Amino acid sequence: MKVKQFATENIPLIGLIVLMAAVSLYSPSFLTVDNLLNILRQTSINAVIAMGMTFVILTAGIDLSVGSILAFAGAVCASMIAADTPLIVALLTTIVIGAALGAASGSIVAFFGVQAFIATLVAMTMVRGLVLVYTDGRPISTGNFDVANSFYEVGGGYVAGIPIPVIIAALAFLVCWYVLNFTRLGRYVYAIGGNEQVALLAGVNVARVKVIVYAISGALSALAGIILTARLESAQPTAGLAYELDAIAAVVLGGTSLAGGRGRITGTLIGALIIGVLNNALNIMDVSSYYQMIAKGAVILLAVVLDGRSKATSK
Amino acid sequence: MTALLELRSVDKAFGAVQVLKGVDFTVEAGRVVALAGENGAGKSTLMKIITGIYGRDAGTMRYRGEDVRFTNARQSMDAGIGMIHQELNLLPALSVGENIFLGREPVDGTGRILWGQIERDSRHWLKQLKQDIDPRTETGKLSIAQQQMVEIARALSMNAEVIIMDEPTDSLTDVETKILFDVVDHLRAEGKGLVFISHRLGEIFAMCDDVAVLRDGAMIHQGPVSEIDEDGLIRHMVGRELSDQYPYMPAAPADVRLKVENLVARGVREVSFEARAGEVVGFAGLVGAGRTELGKAIYGANPAKSGRIEIDGQEMRLRTPRSGVLAGIGYVTEDRKLEGLIQAHGLRQNMALTGLFRFTGKTGHIDKRTERREITEYINAFSIKTHGIDAIVSQLSGGNQQKVSIAKSLVPQPRILILDEPTRGVDVGAKREIYTLINELKAQGLCILLMSSDMPELLGISDRILVMSNGLLTGSFARDEADQEEIMRCTVAGLTEGVAP
Repeated sequence: MKVKQFATENIPLIGLIVLMAAVSLYSPSFLTVDNLLNILRQTSINAVIAMGMTFVILTAGIDLSVGSILAFAGAVCASMIAADTPLIVALLTTIVIGAALGAASGSIVAFFGVQAFIATLVAMTMVRGLVLVYTDGRPISTGNFDVANSFYEVGGGYVAGIPIPVIIAALAFLVCWYVLNFTRLGRYVYAIGGNEQVALLAGVNVARVKVIVYAISGALSALAGIILTARLESAQPTAGLAYELDAIAAVVLGGTSLAGGRGRITGTLIGALIIGVLNNALNIMDVSSYYQMIAKGAVILLAVVLDGRSKATSK
Repeated sequence: MTALLELRSVDKAFGAVQVLKGVDFTVEAGRVVALAGENGAGKSTLMKIITGIYGRDAGTMRYRGEDVRFTNARQSMDAGIGMIHQELNLLPALSVGENIFLGREPVDGTGRILWGQIERDSRHWLKQLKQDIDPRTETGKLSIAQQQMVEIARALSMNAEVIIMDEPTDSLTDVETKILFDVVDHLRAEGKGLVFISHRLGEIFAMCDDVAVLRDGAMIHQGPVSEIDEDGLIRHMVGRELSDQYPYMPAAPADVRLKVENLVARGVREVSFEARAGEVVGFAGLVGAGRTELGKAIYGANPAKSGRIEIDGQEMRLRTPRSGVLAGIGYVTEDRKLEGLIQAHGLRQNMALTGLFRFTGKTGHIDKRTERREITEYINAFSIKTHGIDAIVSQLSGGNQQKVSIAKSLVPQPRILILDEPTRGVDVGAKREIYTLINELKAQGLCILLMSSDMPELLGISDRILVMSNGLLTGSFARDEADQEEIMRCTVAGLTEGVAP
């Protein structure tokens, strides 16, 4: 009974383990420290975005603007680095800009009652336009000042053998996990997704929480933009296209309900890892990138159907 | 007497839990049988077996002389068994006619819907129920009572022979209930068999011919209403004596706690009254009289347009529920499902939600140990039956959910408690527990505003009764001079264009 309960509650984790076992049987080069670190580093950007997405989806919202905010944040950050701005100032400013953009679409959702899908679709379009205006459609180089070299470390460096993006993602995860599980804000996020009317009548400042939630998503998208820009050593105007889809997939794979109110941030982390392992495995297996997309879609479909069924039967 | 529907020795188990044990149940043509029993006694399971939503493990079911086994609700409906659910199953955005013929719209050869026929037939069935409702009306704009009539019309239009009504009067006012009673009389005269599920014993005696009592999955009693009295019925339902249905403790009212002056808000035209600490002030009125709106206006959920609210002599500006909570007001909504509790969440999350600030510091960090201790104390003090602090709310019975809802509003330690229909959908045993609880809170010095459509309940536990009609206060009665008829007169007073008392 206990085992069965654990199994139904941890389908994403079991899926990840099964997937990794299967791939390691197929290819001995999969289960090596180098390859695993590689997967973690490749996953970190999506994981960071997906954590913010988890907050939003838990309130029964959705954030389609993450990819555009990532690109804009990356562009602003690159030009600040190119202008020899002190690293910490550049990074913090970029994250604040991301949070502000998120808060803006959050305000539209919270105060004007516009559906999250529409509000963030508008934000996605407008911010992407902003990126194109700002970059004039061309990549922004990070310049030749010393600060650029330390900036690259954010994307490509290591601490104690662990890639810095992985460490950043891990820290972001810890903060998000703490906020969702141990703070008033976290409780309110779940309550709003569970039943907004109940939350409102219980004295929760629903509008404020919603703005904060979208600001968190924006801030984490900007953080992901920093990592990406540092790794590529330049900001691309087309960066982050369709990233919202991978982030939503990670959240859903992690067992969080799109209807809001139910889900766990640990699930999102596992969901992001499943996507990362899958990408890596398909590459190792030499599957053409065209087929990769089909395979990825199929796995997500399978996972969601399985998860839905286990939840229906456990009722 | 001919038995329309006859169940014999029906068993049903969910996993290891035996929900129904050898249940016999008979519905006769031209008679109304009440099905009584506490929440969890197996009433809804029995109805779901009759309508084919659940299968039965053992036993027989004969319908119009033939053995039947329905495997889904559609089959039982086609056979002529109609069920009117407590939560109405109508689509609010569709017209009345569309709802009545939903899923079986008459069409011509090319598949076009015959709207004329829908309208004509709908009008016919509604007229049978003496309802003057235009079939083209948007269903969501009707009152709950009218929507119920639409559901009954829908059942009739399917030639239902057996009609099951699950707590039909729970959301109805007295006037609307009378209309429903007339309809039931009419259906009885037509020779239909009716099943009436209700927690209101008075209605069972007023309206039904037979009564069947379920307790812990067993049929304890079925027989004519005339052969049993209220005490006997309660004894059957709870299996023990309930000495007094409405325990009342005399009040020792203290200072004025709440002072409302010329309050105007949506649904509240102009209301002034005072309520003291240690006092239960009952609010009577029809549905739509403005009681819920008044409660929400005081709490801040229906912001006042003008007027004053004073608590303990201090003027309060209450614009949001949050300001109400911080001003020391607890609010228990009439609509547990939509506004009261997050059904998919656990007890802890629900109960701690309103008063979460009591467990958090400046940083917002939740002190989970204190939270667990306090929530557990409430669960014990209110004897909420649950298998744990994180049990999912939707799995609790109605009575336990209501206790959770009340506990939730008490966690922030309010000075004033507003209870809107606190015993709706709650069984006899739990009702009494809630009354006892109200008495205890009163003794602790809380000022309690009690909105209820259950008149015996209002008369039974209030220290004072105020009557609302059409957004105005139309009457005020001390406990010992309160009289049901006088109160009824006040509930309709404002309807012929109101004069304040």
